[in-house]
Amino acid sequence: MTRQSLWLAALLMTCLGTLAAAQSPQTAPATDAEGPTAAAPGFEGLVRALPDGNFDEVEALVSAIAETGDERATGVLEALASGDLHRLKSNEAVVIVREIGGDDHAFDALSGESYGEIPRRGSSAIRVNNSLRRVVAAAVGTLTLRHPDPARRLEAAQAAFRAPDAAQTDALSAALDAETDPDVRTALAEAVAVATLTAGTAPVPTQLDAIATIAARGDGVALSVLTPLTGSDAPEIASAASEAVDRIERVRQMWSAAQNVWFGLSLGSVLLLAAIGLAITFGVMGVINMAHGELVMLGAYTTFFVQEIIRNAAPALFDWSLLIAAPLAFLVAGAMGVAIERGCVRFLYGRPLETLLATWGVSLILQQTVRSIFGPNNREVGNPSWMSGAFEIGQMTITYNRLWILVFALAVFAILLFVMKRTPVGLQMRAVTQNRAMAANMGIRTGWVDAMTFGLGAGIAGLAGVALSQIDNVSPNLGQSYIVDSFMVVVFGGAGNIWGTLAGAFSIGIANKFLEPWSGAVLAKILVLVFIILFIQKRPRGLFAVRGRAVDG
Amino acid sequence: MTSLIDRRMGIFLAGLFILTVAVPVGNLGLEDRLVPSYVVSLLGKYLCYALLAVALDLVWGYCGILSLGHGAFFALGGYAMGMHLMREIGDRGVYANPDLPDFMVFLNYDALPWYWLGFDMFWFACIMVLLAPGILAFVFGWFAFRSRVTGVYLSIITQAMTYALMLAFFRNEMGFGGNNGLTDFKDVLGFDLQSDATRAGLFVLSALALAAGLLIAKAITNSKLGKVLIAVRDAESRTRFIGYRVEHYKLFVFTVSAMMAGVAGALYTPQVGIINPGEFSPANSIEIVIWVALGGRGTLVGAALGAILVAAAQTLLTGWFPELWIFALGALFIFVTIFMPQGVLGVIEGTFRRRPPTRDLTAAREARP
Amino acid sequence: MSIQLALDGVTRSFDGFKAINNLSLTVEKGELRAVIGPNGAGKTTMMDIITGKTRPDSGEVLWNQTVDLTRIDEAGSARLGIGRKFQKPTVFETQTVEDNIALALKDDRSVWATLFHRRSTEDTARITDLLELVKLTDHRTDMAGDLSHGQKQWLEIGMLLAQDPELLLVDEPAAGMTDAETMRTAELLRGIAGKHTVVVVEHDMDFVRALNCRVTVLHQGHVLAEGSLDHVSANDEVIEVYLGR
Repeated sequence: MTRQSLWLAALLMTCLGTLAAAQSPQTAPATDAEGPTAAAPGFEGLVRALPDGNFDEVEALVSAIAETGDERATGVLEALASGDLHRLKSNEAVVIVREIGGDDHAFDALSGESYGEIPRRGSSAIRVNNSLRRVVAAAVGTLTLRHPDPARRLEAAQAAFRAPDAAQTDALSAALDAETDPDVRTALAEAVAVATLTAGTAPVPTQLDAIATIAARGDGVALSVLTPLTGSDAPEIASAASEAVDRIERVRQMWSAAQNVWFGLSLGSVLLLAAIGLAITFGVMGVINMAHGELVMLGAYTTFFVQEIIRNAAPALFDWSLLIAAPLAFLVAGAMGVAIERGCVRFLYGRPLETLLATWGVSLILQQTVRSIFGPNNREVGNPSWMSGAFEIGQMTITYNRLWILVFALAVFAILLFVMKRTPVGLQMRAVTQNRAMAANMGIRTGWVDAMTFGLGAGIAGLAGVALSQIDNVSPNLGQSYIVDSFMVVVFGGAGNIWGTLAGAFSIGIANKFLEPWSGAVLAKILVLVFIILFIQKRPRGLFAVRGRAVDG
Repeated sequence: MTSLIDRRMGIFLAGLFILTVAVPVGNLGLEDRLVPSYVVSLLGKYLCYALLAVALDLVWGYCGILSLGHGAFFALGGYAMGMHLMREIGDRGVYANPDLPDFMVFLNYDALPWYWLGFDMFWFACIMVLLAPGILAFVFGWFAFRSRVTGVYLSIITQAMTYALMLAFFRNEMGFGGNNGLTDFKDVLGFDLQSDATRAGLFVLSALALAAGLLIAKAITNSKLGKVLIAVRDAESRTRFIGYRVEHYKLFVFTVSAMMAGVAGALYTPQVGIINPGEFSPANSIEIVIWVALGGRGTLVGAALGAILVAAAQTLLTGWFPELWIFALGALFIFVTIFMPQGVLGVIEGTFRRRPPTRDLTAAREARP
Repeated sequence: MSIQLALDGVTRSFDGFKAINNLSLTVEKGELRAVIGPNGAGKTTMMDIITGKTRPDSGEVLWNQTVDLTRIDEAGSARLGIGRKFQKPTVFETQTVEDNIALALKDDRSVWATLFHRRSTEDTARITDLLELVKLTDHRTDMAGDLSHGQKQWLEIGMLLAQDPELLLVDEPAAGMTDAETMRTAELLRGIAGKHTVVVVEHDMDFVRALNCRVTVLHQGHVLAEGSLDHVSANDEVIEVYLGR
């Protein structure tokens, strides 16, 4: 027991830790004061020289303009590429022509000063060809690499990575040398590497370094860059590339397995929440509560109701809505549970099959009541801000709502365990379960304990409803979609053993998610069901069966 | 040994006979249509439900196996018949494809899947109506009973079985029409399904099937095997220690019951005009149980009566107050289990005989874990 | 005399608790044997193992020196000729006393045979005899559930005899019986021994004395002493763990 508790605590801590770690780096992008170097003196001269050169000379000029890093350079070069850079016939000024209201207006390329509307033949465009356009595009790319905003630089570096151009290698290397932001540096280094590899002209050691840089990315992009290189003529490069590809594949498989485990844990936590209340009523009391799913649904509707009130009365409290809804849902579902126990189940103790039918009746009534009050359609329950969004660990994505639900499920589990094992109420519950007559003789009000136990199971169903409202449609049919699954969890884990329920929920969740990519979601579910049906044949009392002699006398 | 037709059975069969004659005559024989055509199909549907209830009573009432998956056997029978009716449409479908049913054309099937082969022959479909549910029940039961899964556990895995089948049949890839199931039937053995005469014929067939089902079930429960079944229900391990292979008996009765449910489904499909995966839903299967519980568990006739009563109440109530029906059904579940463990038939016969029930045997037999 | 039943080094534990611990025991054909022991000595588990309800972790259980009983289930053991009476009388409560006996009558137990079974006049005669023997003739058409506790015990013994088993395992037959009924039961068991092998588990010392047979004392899952009642009663260990209290 203590070992198991420790384990649970560790699991909880890990989850909370991940959560905390994930939230801190959000504030990362610090303002980078490092601007581009001040305008080189030659910028204006270079621009003025543009109209006079032939294509080759203009190409050289473009590179030189880009080299200056002047902040006007981008505008000028883009205008050049699109054919909007003209020379005015009147004063020989280099201007950028823009169409405003169907007329051409000229603006000085250097000062930005407007020359107003110009006649159609009042200027001549600086001619460009495709080769020049490419040079311009590359130069503009390089220029953005020097932009004062690190986010823009990062974007540019990534753009350069996606469209590798051997011609840019030098510019990228220069930008890399000047770069101080670590993220941008990485992106630039990768861009340099990919440009180097695309060119394929660099000396072999340089190329090998480039392969290593790319391989460090470890993602699908890296794969698509490296895979063609495995067929390279240079044996060192080919072998380094294929080695890197293998390594990346392995790492990716690991991550995708990790992602599946995460999805599985997430599904498992949902199953755990849905099943844990059942584990009490079915496992501890031997009562089949078919209305369990509807108690979950009541919890979800309580959340909806609380959120509606908050939306109308105190929108500022919206982030707290779940914290307010949780105790309410526990009380609503718990009270309903006590009512079901007192009104119906208590007449049927020792007749599990009859309880099953009666509680099915209760479930129909609850469903129809909710349908009559709230309507048959899905109700929207919002996520508080702290439950929306996601973060990434390596190559897997973790959404906050799923993470919180996992934490919540484990917390509920831990509290339940505490209640059952460490409190007087729990002691009485176990006493009544094990020997009703003896417990009654010792002065325990067995009827009261029955009601409380049932209420506890029902209340936990309500809590499950709060959590499920965050990831599932809140409709009168909510409960129905979980009832078979939760029974499977309890039966698989072994009735009467809450630890079995925990193990059952997570193993079913993970099994499901590992099957899904291979078989599709529905088939995975069917396969898991079939597996459990077969498993029950082998171990009719579940994974952690309470074994003993003369179980059925 | 009691005779095959005791008083209870006699009264019921007599009533059924009168209905069987009166309804078609009222529909076809008279000028002013005493019985509207839709009522004929509706009553036919009730009789199918009644046969299904008898099938469940055979396993639950007599052998203590509470199957929450009998709807699956019913649906399989229904699908087997539905497949034949689909094939009989031939090239009269929307796509006029002589080889493929409409939904297959729609889903770009190149050829008929292998498991559809043979269903163009009526006799083959009839065999499958028995075999499909029978084999499923046999295989499922062979696993479950051999490893002694009993009581609530068995109920839960039968529920899981029908749930898994429902999910499977919802898939388009299964080749059974997915969501929409099988529908738009034209005729059966050349008789137009829309014609009054065919409807009346199907109604009479349903009545005959119900009578046959009741008599077969009665014959089984009257035999020594029936006594073994009750022994299994009341004291399973005692029965083993006397030397009966309990799992063989359970398997036998479970399979027979599944086949009976399959026949009910096969008669249901042409009268309702559609069979879809919804029939596999766990809720449907649980509803069958309440028919049996209401009528009187372990009475056969009571089960049939219960099914007809509930189905008729559903038709009437959903007509008058649609919202109320679910409430009424829910209340029925609670009321019957708590206050009427003997069912309607038990109450009626109890007042007739004025003999106090010896003891609550239902309670006694389930008290054991 | 040949050996009917032999247990050799049988061990069975439940969650670490050894209910049966290296138990060895032989019962000869036609013998009447009483097995006594305090609660938890492993008497019921021993019966479970012999009838195939529980499988031993290790050890050998041989029937007639040839058949391995550890590979056989309850129905199989019954078909071999082992009849068992439970501690708590279990009869088929919703069936008549006559049907209870009829179900137990030695006959073909297969599904088809029972489905098409017709009761022969010999069967009926045998039922009559058995009911006479267990004094339930007047209750022939009553529901077994309506019988008194003692009558149920008798009915169960009647069912046991109807099986015509080679070996009868009888678990506390005297529980809930009056003194007179207890003595009659002892007499009945003595009477059938010889033709059948009988193993009786019992707490009631007067009953064991009335059986007047070889006694095996079980303690913590193994045999503590064996011999006549007087012999084991004189055993110090036995006195300490059982009789002395």
